[in-house]
Amino acid sequence: MLATLAVPLAIIVVYSLLTRGAYGGVEWIWNPENYLRLIDPLYAAIFARSLAIAAIATLLCVVLGFPLALFISQSGRKNLYLSLVILPFWTSFLIRLYAWMFLLRDTGLINTLLVKAHLIHDPLPMLYNNGAVILGLVYGYLPFAVLPLDATLERLDKTLLEAAADLGATPFHALLRVTIPLCAPGIRAAAILVFVPCLGTYLVSDLLGGSKTILIGNLVQNQFTGARDWPFGAAVSIVLMIVAMALLFSVRRRGEELL
Amino acid sequence: MEAVLDLRGVEKQYPGHRAVGNISLQVPRGAFFSLLGPSGCGKTTTLRIVAGFETPTAGEVWLNGERIDHLPPYRRNVNTVFQSYALFPHLSVRGNIEFGLRRRHSNGTQNGFAEKVRHVLQQVRLDGKEARLPSQLSGGERQRVALARALVLAPDVLLLDEPLSALDPLLRKQVRAELKDLQRRTGVTFLFVTHDQEEALSLSDQMAVMNAGEIEQIGSPQELYQRPRTRFVASFLGAMNWIQDAGVRPEATRIFPDMLQTPNGTGRHGVVTGATFLGSFWHIDVKLDDGSSVISQTPAQNAGAAAFSPGDRVRVSWADDDLLRFVS
Repeated sequence: MLATLAVPLAIIVVYSLLTRGAYGGVEWIWNPENYLRLIDPLYAAIFARSLAIAAIATLLCVVLGFPLALFISQSGRKNLYLSLVILPFWTSFLIRLYAWMFLLRDTGLINTLLVKAHLIHDPLPMLYNNGAVILGLVYGYLPFAVLPLDATLERLDKTLLEAAADLGATPFHALLRVTIPLCAPGIRAAAILVFVPCLGTYLVSDLLGGSKTILIGNLVQNQFTGARDWPFGAAVSIVLMIVAMALLFSVRRRGEELL
Repeated sequence: MEAVLDLRGVEKQYPGHRAVGNISLQVPRGAFFSLLGPSGCGKTTTLRIVAGFETPTAGEVWLNGERIDHLPPYRRNVNTVFQSYALFPHLSVRGNIEFGLRRRHSNGTQNGFAEKVRHVLQQVRLDGKEARLPSQLSGGERQRVALARALVLAPDVLLLDEPLSALDPLLRKQVRAELKDLQRRTGVTFLFVTHDQEEALSLSDQMAVMNAGEIEQIGSPQELYQRPRTRFVASFLGAMNWIQDAGVRPEATRIFPDMLQTPNGTGRHGVVTGATFLGSFWHIDVKLDDGSSVISQTPAQNAGAAAFSPGDRVRVSWADDDLLRFVS
């Protein structure tokens, strides 16, 4: 089990220290410069943008996911709603992103309707920008937030809410002072489950993002295709992994498991 | 004495099942009032209706002269001690106790808090433990936090849902005494739910025996024990010997060796089938000549008590006054 994880990782680490081949592939020449190249404002900007977009997407997923999970946990039809949340996974993510492009682009459904209804003159630029990427990420990863949040809410002792009401707390106060604090572990888990994949995303930024929306994932993908600089791509991947692990480690509480 | 809590014809009907019906009772101010009955009799439902966690399908609940049955729990001046205590695990003892006070004074005037909290901590003997989390407390201590948390809000009635059942038997008797003492000292009206008749009899000023969703009888413990109005109340509160339509308590019987077998002696004749020593008294099982079985309870001091063994012929008698007759 560990081998399937360790071997590819080892390959990437090794590649990151080699030199690029002329037509792709690697040349077995020691080259630590790949890492040094990353110390460039250009790449720092890419990392910063990825972190920012991932953070915003995570925040939105938690903020939107919590009320949704709350609704699901309190309804009688929990299984139905959870199935609906998972249902999109039965379709290809790629096709769903194309559907968003169809909706958002200048000649897409939304703009066409708005123009035809004379509400706007020129189409709204809803595609090929950071906003569209965030939208795509939230759309894709919301279920990753809803499921752990719902699990945590289910485990909540309902008598505690009765006690809160008994002691004078309105439902809003009980939510604020009892439910949310007790769901903190679940909220952390949801945030991690969304943030890490979002950090490394490339499909969403590739399809929905503009030419300015280059994220780490796109950078890596580019190195392994067009730019034909596998070692550099490998180096970027390793750095991404280190950054993600550092962030995860920094939000650990004493003795608590990450999930 | 005026009634601080007044239930009038309260009913809770579920589809296909009536949890409680026809519940009318008045709890005098400052009294220790118990709801006693077997599981499923509706006593907890009644308590929850007073607390506001259930809405009655019929009837009214009056607290201090005001009708409260349509108010949510957070607007009623009653507080509950839950069977599981329901302490907030993420708050310290102090945090739990302050919870209600903070909700009430949410405009920020927290000056009176410290004194109130200190006072109630002393009353339940938890001073020094304010900073602990519920997970760091024993069962008995957690119960005291639950009590303190409710009492600090000075409710008109304190509702207790079988608070002793989670404690081990040894602790139970001690806490029972503390609870009674606390009620007397604070003067707060207690509405106490239990299935244990010994608890109810020893703690209550007044009690109501419930069965299958209805109240069978209300009165003082002595009244209910000595003058039960129904067979259910009689047998629920203590052992009963049933002789046709009437009953007599084992401790009200006297038992004599019947050497002479004359039909003249008052009482019934029978044969001892067993004798059980229970420390302060003996239980002697007798099969009467007419076929019925009785248990006679006689103090262990009674010199002859130890002498009864299976097979002995005996005479069991009781005063006519001690016979309890029921209509049904």
